[in-house]
Amino acid sequence: MKKYILKRITISAITLLVILLVLFLMLELMPGSPFNDEKLTEAQRAIINAKYGLDQPMVLRFINYIKAMLSGDFGVSYTISKNTPITVLLESRLPISLIIGGQAVLIGTLIGLVLGIIAAIKHNTIFDTITTIISVLGVSLPSYVFAMTLIYTLGFKLKWLPLLYQANDPVSSTIMPTISLCMFTIATVARFTRTEMLEVLGSDYMLLAESKGISSFRLIFRHGLRNALIPIITVLAPLVVGLMTGSLVIEKLFSIPGIGSLLVTAIQSNDYNVIVALSFIYSLMYIGIMLIVDILYGVIDPRIRLAKGGSNE
Amino acid sequence: MNSTEKYLPKDFEFVGKDKISKIDQTFTSQPYWKDILSRFTQNKGALIGVICLIIIGTMAIIGPGLNEHTYSSQIIAHQNLAPRIPGLENLGILDGSENMNTSTGTVSINKYISANKEEKTGLEDTYYWFGTDVLGRDIFTRTWAGTRISLYIALVAVAVDMLFGMGYGLISGFFGGKVDMIMQRFSEILNGIPTLVIVTLLILVLKPGLTTITVALALTGWIGMSKISRAQVLKLKEQEFVLASKTLGAKNLFIIFKEILPNIFGQLIVMSMFSIPNAIFTEAFLAFIGLGVPQPLASLGSLISEAFKSFTTHPYMIISPVIVLAVIMLSFNMMADGLRDAFDPKMKEM
Repeated sequence: MKKYILKRITISAITLLVILLVLFLMLELMPGSPFNDEKLTEAQRAIINAKYGLDQPMVLRFINYIKAMLSGDFGVSYTISKNTPITVLLESRLPISLIIGGQAVLIGTLIGLVLGIIAAIKHNTIFDTITTIISVLGVSLPSYVFAMTLIYTLGFKLKWLPLLYQANDPVSSTIMPTISLCMFTIATVARFTRTEMLEVLGSDYMLLAESKGISSFRLIFRHGLRNALIPIITVLAPLVVGLMTGSLVIEKLFSIPGIGSLLVTAIQSNDYNVIVALSFIYSLMYIGIMLIVDILYGVIDPRIRLAKGGSNE
Repeated sequence: MNSTEKYLPKDFEFVGKDKISKIDQTFTSQPYWKDILSRFTQNKGALIGVICLIIIGTMAIIGPGLNEHTYSSQIIAHQNLAPRIPGLENLGILDGSENMNTSTGTVSINKYISANKEEKTGLEDTYYWFGTDVLGRDIFTRTWAGTRISLYIALVAVAVDMLFGMGYGLISGFFGGKVDMIMQRFSEILNGIPTLVIVTLLILVLKPGLTTITVALALTGWIGMSKISRAQVLKLKEQEFVLASKTLGAKNLFIIFKEILPNIFGQLIVMSMFSIPNAIFTEAFLAFIGLGVPQPLASLGSLISEAFKSFTTHPYMIISPVIVLAVIMLSFNMMADGLRDAFDPKMKEM
């Protein structure tokens, strides 16, 4: 077990290092610089380069870079809001994105689980068909289609919810973004739960438990769901990716001051430091979640740990 | 008390030949591909998907040439015209009128035909099937031109899967040992980097455009496929027919491509079908945040993104690209589902 966890952590650390290297090289190779001002003379440019440490050799700069990134010092923003430390920019934005993302994951997983369980218990009935339709739609349609439908109906026509994010009313402003983000989660989780539950419900030990006279509630939740839940953990990682990409669009649509919309703005205005910092944060979250999922999976299911522990499998 | 242990003759019924309602059907043995085809055609969802894709594919080819407008030609006088289709206009739908929200309430306005009979708008004989956008360009032509890009992306996704992912997985799985170790660690690390980050950084270095999107897909699209093909090779490579081929002196490449590949090709095709919606999704997402194909080119994502800016006043602009995109995604998903069930009815969702 120790060996397995150690191996996962090593791979995650190497991945992080590779990402840092790529981010660093990207900055190096990128055309243009934030000091592309024609009014600057060579001497002035040299002074600015020295101020930001851009005149040191590459290896040194990379080591400095890693140190700074890991200690949470992402430098200052060049164009979005000049000379503001990025940590300040993130401070107010990260919580908003995390709240919306967290809500979407929680609500989406819960609804998905319920739908999946109902579909599996009432296999081949109208409930099953409805769940299948919902999950196909949720996987097939981009989140912005849901968002726009919601904006047009609930926001524009019925005027129940605010069209754009309002800082003084965070609860009702996050309803529509959360719903449009969690459709993908609902679809994926429902689909997966249904298949897993069907397989578990058809297994011999369930038949044994049933013949022993266990109540159907206990049967489904204690014996069925617990075993079906294990593989569902694996879909968590792709879900996080879906949420990350989704959040960019959703935050732009609803003008939410989160990190997704910050990244879009940064890309459009070529603000290197902000892009790099956000890429790093996104990678960190993703790698962290992958690591937790892998370890959790190994702890819960010994077969995975044993199979993946060897070098060949 | 009645004696319940005793059975009377009338309790039983004679089961004659005519009472047997269900007779086992017998099938003649049929080749593998015919089996697959029959299973696939029995799947209604998959068939609908294929039909929709054929229609959309045909429209993508002939659609942009069906009227005199090109995707970039604009007529300033024809801005913001609602859809108008000959024939249907007499039924009162798609007659070029749209509801405008004004301060006094909702008014129906038709820009083609003036409400005042004397006045001429000069547009009486003009028909825009899907309407025009804010710059006076034909949305019908632009939608199908955009569909071409989505379908091109689908092709790229399959090509990347087939050329890169498959080869990588085959080699990694077949040779095993150190080769496999190194290749697997490499793909694991690459897999640890979120696609969003890779795409973002790529777009910074290269210019936004079709080439960049292609490169981004090529960089990230193959990993899932390589995992599947590696797992399939691991399953097969210890089997007797591979050993037999080896004993007869077959070279490694021969075994990989002539012995193993034909046996796993079905599953690989299914997997590559599943990566198509993902790729189209990525393109639509990139276009939506303004990193798609540059103007005046159109992709479905960029059309939706443009139309969104005015979608509370002119909702018709957004409807056609959204519907086409949704139908494409749904069709590919349903077709992939159908193919998976056809190739291996027992194969579970990956």
